[in-house]
Amino acid sequence: MSSLAAYSTSTGEAFQFWVLGTVAVIGALATVFMKRAVHSALSLAGTMIILAIFYLANGAYFLGIVQIVVYTGAIMMLFLFVVMLVGVTAADSLKETIKGQRWLALLCGLGFGVLLLGGIGNASLKDFDGLAQANANGNVEGLATLIFTKYVFAFEITGALLITAAVGAMVLTHRERTERAKTQREMSEQRVREGKYIPPLPAPGVYARHNAVDIAGLLPDGTPSDLTVSKTLRDRGQIRDVSAEALNDLKALEQRAEERLERTEIEPATFKKEEASQ
Amino acid sequence: MNPVNYLYLSALLFTIGATGVLIRRNAIVVFMCIELMLNACNLAFVTFSRMHGNLDGQIIAFFTMVVAAAEVVVGLAIIVSLFRSRHSASVDDASLMKL
Repeated sequence: MSSLAAYSTSTGEAFQFWVLGTVAVIGALATVFMKRAVHSALSLAGTMIILAIFYLANGAYFLGIVQIVVYTGAIMMLFLFVVMLVGVTAADSLKETIKGQRWLALLCGLGFGVLLLGGIGNASLKDFDGLAQANANGNVEGLATLIFTKYVFAFEITGALLITAAVGAMVLTHRERTERAKTQREMSEQRVREGKYIPPLPAPGVYARHNAVDIAGLLPDGTPSDLTVSKTLRDRGQIRDVSAEALNDLKALEQRAEERLERTEIEPATFKKEEASQ
Repeated sequence: MNPVNYLYLSALLFTIGATGVLIRRNAIVVFMCIELMLNACNLAFVTFSRMHGNLDGQIIAFFTMVVAAAEVVVGLAIIVSLFRSRHSASVDDASLMKL
């Protein structure tokens, strides 16, 4: 496979390039333009896998595998983890803080791309030596020889960098407790002292016909009660209000019952009379 | 096909990533766009390695990957602590220095 890199690649590689290259560009565009961060992350993972295939096609066998293991395996999973932590549903705001910034950014990107592509087009990049000679003793062996001789100092520094990054991440995300956590007894005593809400909080979904955690329980008069939904969901505004839904369902049920009892002819007239009297 | 096309693809991906950094507000997506740019650079390095017939380009790409891994760890930690303090991952909300 490494022998085909001379002036021109094989038809198979060309076909692979055009098909997968298109998919890679579409994945990159989806990363930028998808509204939700999860979709962006998945598109980016797809693009990275395609890039891994391109590394393999270019004779970088070790890098191709490392790309899949490190990027799609570790880094993208870390991204997805943080997306879940920060809130999946948090969609990007479409409001512009600086007027016309989006169009200016697109223009800048376009100009930058034209400059970059024009630069590559103008450079004389016709001669490709191919990696047949360099990969003769195996790609991994060749890389190892270089890493442990010519680039050994950079390699050592990399170790220091990784340790610093790990420590930095721990320092950044660690929070020291400044006071002792209250025990359950102390909390209940405090509730009694303040006279706020002494019994346990009501469960979500009571009288609401659904018992999902994001559905507020209904009070006897049909209004939703905020107390029943967890504070996190309340802060994010993710409460589903089904009080109107229940009333609508009831109305539909009544109508169906009336249809079955064949009161449909009389019903509209009485309805209108009622509305008029109200 | 001339392998130079890989360089064009890499330039295109880098441009898309750079535009994404400028356009998007969500800090996580901005970070993903930076990763896209790093990956585009790696593709260019690998292609140049093939062009010159030695493995130095692949070594540099390898180091880029290591640095990117370290950068992601620290960057995501910063995003998480930012989200903790302001309940939003939007880069516009971090504007305490603005008058």
